[in-house]
Amino acid sequence: MSAREPMQRPVAPIERRVDAVHSVLARHGAVRDELVVEATRNADDQWVPANGARIVARAWSDPAYRARLLANGRAAAAELGFELPRHHRHLVFLEDTADVHNVICCTQCSCTAFTIIGLPPDWYKDFDYRARVVRESRTVLQEMGLSLPPEVEIRVWDTTADTRYVVLPLRPEGTEGWPEERLAALVTKDSMIGVARIAAPHA
Amino acid sequence: MDGIHDLGGRQGFGRIRHTPNASPFDAEWEKRANALYGLAVRAGIFNMDEYRHAIERMAPRHYLSASYYERSLTGLASLLVEKGIVTHDELERLAGGAFPLASPSAAGRSNAGDAPRFRIGDRVVVRNEHVAGHVRMPAYIRGKRGVVVGESPPYPFPDAHAHGVDADDEPTYDVRFATSDLWPNGADDAFVHVGVFRSYLLAAA
Repeated sequence: MSAREPMQRPVAPIERRVDAVHSVLARHGAVRDELVVEATRNADDQWVPANGARIVARAWSDPAYRARLLANGRAAAAELGFELPRHHRHLVFLEDTADVHNVICCTQCSCTAFTIIGLPPDWYKDFDYRARVVRESRTVLQEMGLSLPPEVEIRVWDTTADTRYVVLPLRPEGTEGWPEERLAALVTKDSMIGVARIAAPHA
Repeated sequence: MDGIHDLGGRQGFGRIRHTPNASPFDAEWEKRANALYGLAVRAGIFNMDEYRHAIERMAPRHYLSASYYERSLTGLASLLVEKGIVTHDELERLAGGAFPLASPSAAGRSNAGDAPRFRIGDRVVVRNEHVAGHVRMPAYIRGKRGVVVGESPPYPFPDAHAHGVDADDEPTYDVRFATSDLWPNGADDAFVHVGVFRSYLLAAA
């Protein structure tokens, strides 16, 4: 049916619609079973927030790396072995400070640096976040558990093109002298989206 | 197009269903749908701008009631029909029921002939344009003033790339807008940054 005609018969269950598209693509030659397995494995195991966490931990530990990361995120990510899809031609790390808090979104769809921070969480793609975070950032962050002092400037980044943004969160206090692996374990996907700050570890 | 997908600043939505470090997927079929669209892009059946635009062309009632991965699958299936790889009838026969697809596309367009170049710190204004085809200018910045804070390498121009129209690649500028300019007296105080294609911008007077 086209969108304008009245519905003639029930819509097929979503799993059946996926099966139909799957069989068409297999017949066309674009899809083989092992490619589906590989793509699913990438989503589960390769595109994970631990990648971005390693970058953040290095930036916290090494001022020269931090400078390179802020100057050219794509090249600095590649130094640690992390690639972006070809069409993501630019990767910008957004530096949080005591006075500035960054948060990313995609109001029109779901764009993220998914090879660096993992695929976007469900709520990031929901209408509520997409509609509200650009206009009511402080309220939305507060609802999500992040109450920022009123003097902290909020910078929202709407991912409307193929440049990708990742938040470089504040290093929590009480982590002086920690090795990178231990620092990286603190860094969450939410903190690299900017809807959470990283809590100081318990002494 | 001024489609239902263009949600930035729309009011009436509710609390975010946030759980810390939520899964990207809620069901197994979603992983497969995600893999299928990625493989279709990799095989060169369509590009990302065509894919995004196909989702935007879904009937608003369907768009709003579908989950994210149902929208993704609908965009993918619509392009397979539009590219002549399968007919709509065959898709519905394979699925054993109705398979709603996106509405047809309007025409695309090429770069603006008079688009200036900008530098960091330049004051700019977003052109007051209503584009029938694909466009990556969110409506909330239309006609608004901001300041350039960054520049990207050149990208395919989405308004052309989604429609098979010839165009030059062009950079996007990260433009900083104050929410007090975007929604006077109607927003939390903050700055919003948008990656704006050069063709969408003019120098501010």
